[in-house]
Amino acid sequence: MMAVPDYSAKGLADAVRSGQVSAESAMIGYLERIRATEPEVHALLAQDQDLALSRAQGVDRMPLDQKSHLALAGVPLVVKDNIVTKEFPTTAGSRMLEGFHSPYTATAVERAEAQGAIVLAKSNLDEFGMGSSTEHSAFGPTKNPWDLTRVPGGSSGGSAAAVAVGMAPLALGSDTGGSIRQPAAFCGIVGLKPTYGRVSRYGLIAYASSLDQIGPLARTVEDVGLLLQVISGQDVRDATSGENPVSDYLAELKRPLEGLRVGMPKEYFGQGIDPKVRSVVEKMLTRLATEGVTVIEIEMPHTRYAIATYYLIAPAEASSNLSRYDGIRYGFRAPATDLDSLYRNTRAQGMGEEVQRRILLGTHVLSAGYYDQYYVKAQKVRTLIRRDFDEAFQTVDLVVTPSAPDLPFVLGSRSDDPMQMYLSDICTVTANLAGLPALSVPAGFDDGLPIGMQWIGPAWSEDLLLRAGYMVEQMVERPRWPL
Amino acid sequence: MNRGVADGGEDIGMVDEAYRVVIGLEVHVELKTRTKLFCRCVNAFGSAPNTQTCPVCLGLPGVLPVLNRNAVSLAVKAGMALHCRIRSVSKFDRKQYFYPDLPKAYQISQYDLPFAEWGFVPIADGAEVKRIRIRRVHMEEDAGKLNHIGQNLKEAEGSLVDLNRAGVPLIEIVSEPDMGSAEEARRYLTELRTILSYLDVSDLRMEEGSMRCDANVSLKPRGYQGSLEDLPRVEVKNVNSIRNVGRAIEYEIERQAARLSQGERVIKETRGFDDGRGRTYSQRSKEEANDYRYFPEPDLPPLVLDESWLAEVQASLPLLPDAWRERLRGLGVASQDVEVLVQDRVQVAFLSEALSFTDDVRAVSSWMLSDMLRLLNERGLGFDQSPVSPKDLVDLLGFIADGKISGRMAKEVLDKMFESGESAAVWVKRLGMAQITDDSLLRGQVAEVLAEHGKVVADYRAGKERAFGFLVGQMMKRTQGQASPEVVNRLLKEALEFDAQ
Repeated sequence: MMAVPDYSAKGLADAVRSGQVSAESAMIGYLERIRATEPEVHALLAQDQDLALSRAQGVDRMPLDQKSHLALAGVPLVVKDNIVTKEFPTTAGSRMLEGFHSPYTATAVERAEAQGAIVLAKSNLDEFGMGSSTEHSAFGPTKNPWDLTRVPGGSSGGSAAAVAVGMAPLALGSDTGGSIRQPAAFCGIVGLKPTYGRVSRYGLIAYASSLDQIGPLARTVEDVGLLLQVISGQDVRDATSGENPVSDYLAELKRPLEGLRVGMPKEYFGQGIDPKVRSVVEKMLTRLATEGVTVIEIEMPHTRYAIATYYLIAPAEASSNLSRYDGIRYGFRAPATDLDSLYRNTRAQGMGEEVQRRILLGTHVLSAGYYDQYYVKAQKVRTLIRRDFDEAFQTVDLVVTPSAPDLPFVLGSRSDDPMQMYLSDICTVTANLAGLPALSVPAGFDDGLPIGMQWIGPAWSEDLLLRAGYMVEQMVERPRWPL
Repeated sequence: MNRGVADGGEDIGMVDEAYRVVIGLEVHVELKTRTKLFCRCVNAFGSAPNTQTCPVCLGLPGVLPVLNRNAVSLAVKAGMALHCRIRSVSKFDRKQYFYPDLPKAYQISQYDLPFAEWGFVPIADGAEVKRIRIRRVHMEEDAGKLNHIGQNLKEAEGSLVDLNRAGVPLIEIVSEPDMGSAEEARRYLTELRTILSYLDVSDLRMEEGSMRCDANVSLKPRGYQGSLEDLPRVEVKNVNSIRNVGRAIEYEIERQAARLSQGERVIKETRGFDDGRGRTYSQRSKEEANDYRYFPEPDLPPLVLDESWLAEVQASLPLLPDAWRERLRGLGVASQDVEVLVQDRVQVAFLSEALSFTDDVRAVSSWMLSDMLRLLNERGLGFDQSPVSPKDLVDLLGFIADGKISGRMAKEVLDKMFESGESAAVWVKRLGMAQITDDSLLRGQVAEVLAEHGKVVADYRAGKERAFGFLVGQMMKRTQGQASPEVVNRLLKEALEFDAQ
């Protein structure tokens, strides 16, 4: 097998900017790596190797004064296929959008490209982001590079697997209930779900609008910070994007955190958490305590309602957001005899089982007579969950939990049990419900499978999360490459 | 939208002893913004299909709405002019249903927190003024349009979707069921349209759909104790003129009364109006109606209007029809003229501008409603397109007031001004119309006229008043109409009395 292009995004961008490495030669290495690993992993959907190469040549030809300003000069980027791009088809992992070409590119991608990043492929995902294993893609499952019989997590499983195996140093994912953090944990890489409003959602195919955020995945905390830096900030095209200034995430990254107080909510370390996961995370916390971090056990009593709350709010919004896929103007259209059967057949044939399940669930939740009982009540509980965090942050700086309740599971082992699948999100949904930033960073390995720990911080505290993640990263030994 | 009708109507019209007519109107008004409500596409009527669209109003995957500030400001103006209470915090909601003209399969609207509530529109019946209460005004986006290929929907070979209108800003004005007759509904709509026309927030063209009306009509049996909400209500949709709204309501009242008198039930349903036959027809039964599954629009933050901004909008409101009525009556304009003047915003604007140059409101308004109106109508123009400006008209009236020209001359001058667009002064001079007001120039001619018409003079002295008119006519003839009638009158009288002594 060919040598893996062994760059960090930061290292590659530095080398391209200074002319030590040509973007083209680096790109050739990544494209080789894709050819070698993609048949086994199936992380990608659309690819365009010619485009990627010509873009890389374009970066190499740039005048030095122009190139030297590019934070991501020549850095290959994989983009989750629910984020629209003009140059590639965008399917959201659904038959419904097979062959769909967006006439515009998402803000986050535009911003990365403006800094010299080169999109080389779109990555696989659970259909419309609905799933925790990437098995719900209409285009076949992605495999976990650490064990090809297991899932890479989801829904950003393609992005996580691609980065883990070295197809690109950076990827964009989206996270509605853990879809960046859980696959990052399963694939042994770093993933960040930013504060709600930190990154523009313009061009992200909506699953649950009040929970969705685009975020970075990379092999190092520093690279996650680098990509976050580029994609963050207010966007006039997204009224929910925040005005808060974007801090310099890399400036203080490596400065040790002194006197950090970390909350360990007991609700995240009890029932339903695989003892192997718990032990790795607890071991890391013990080590951090020896480095001067104060670990405090805290209570977050509304955590137990989080999954129920999430699976009311997210499907409700999804049922609305996915209504536009009706076969009238674009995407898949099934044969029909009249308007009603056009809608019925198109949506029944174009959408997978899990998507239909959530649409039905959400439609029910919003129906007359059930709205108050389900949706309104879920919103109230959401407020209580947010309040749990507000209270925790009165006494601690950050909260630590496992990123996922278990190790990467075997493909197909949970396909028939949606409840079991929904419980995979138990550690991650609270940050989405509360709108808070959360980072998953590898905490160790068990029998060759990666285990992640999650850091949750107050709104707009991405800089602090990254510093904590960096500290952990220094303490973990990990195998260089899975394949 | 129609939830929770309060039983608030006063006792009004009766079809006969047995029923009371209850009418509530829902009026949609397209706002005249430069761009659409949630994207930057141009908001204009009549362009080639689908040329005024973008990913946002097409509802493509990944797009997000961004609220148009100007639309909010026009909407708030309308809410204020309808005497509504404006909410400092309101929000948007999604109204969900599938239809090919609705690209997202939901309409962004306002459900339980509309931006304006609790207003009224005063309607006059003679001296009596009745307030039709406004329950709510909310903002929403318009849908696109379907163009069916073929003669009618049933035989259509297919339908083409035009999304130019999708995302155009609308306000929906929902009245309380306070109207008791078709005539009251017509009055309400007319006054509503007049009020909105003063604000210049919409084109208000019912035939182009920039103002649309749905009428809810029900009959309340005598002695009925339940809530109005529980009465079987018929909604007549999308009637294309104020006159036809009246016709549709009249037909509905008769139809429902006939059913009830035969012991049949009125079915809660949506009906259309067939303009040609003057009849309503069933479209769909409300019993199988949509559940719109409203929920708060997560893509838009709450709409927060701060006090100082609201105060600014309030201050920018023009004088409204009711205030104009009061002002004009106070200035002594005849009631019937007042009504005609306030009907049209551009008339009032013209009058208002004229009044910045003169205090003589009666002269201005009577010239506006007679000769100006005639000349404008001949040319198919409105007062806002008049070749004679308010200042021009006031200048012309100044020549009359100063006695330089007569009223009859002024009409001729006005004609010329309309044709040429030149000023009164230019034409008075060009037509050699400077009126003769100099006593010394006229006295000699008075003496000559009296000398020539001794018999007429004798008749006058014998008490024939009409003889005086003849003498005036002779004077005007001699001076080719340029003598000031007032001066001639005075000089003739002086001479006749002097001779008599």
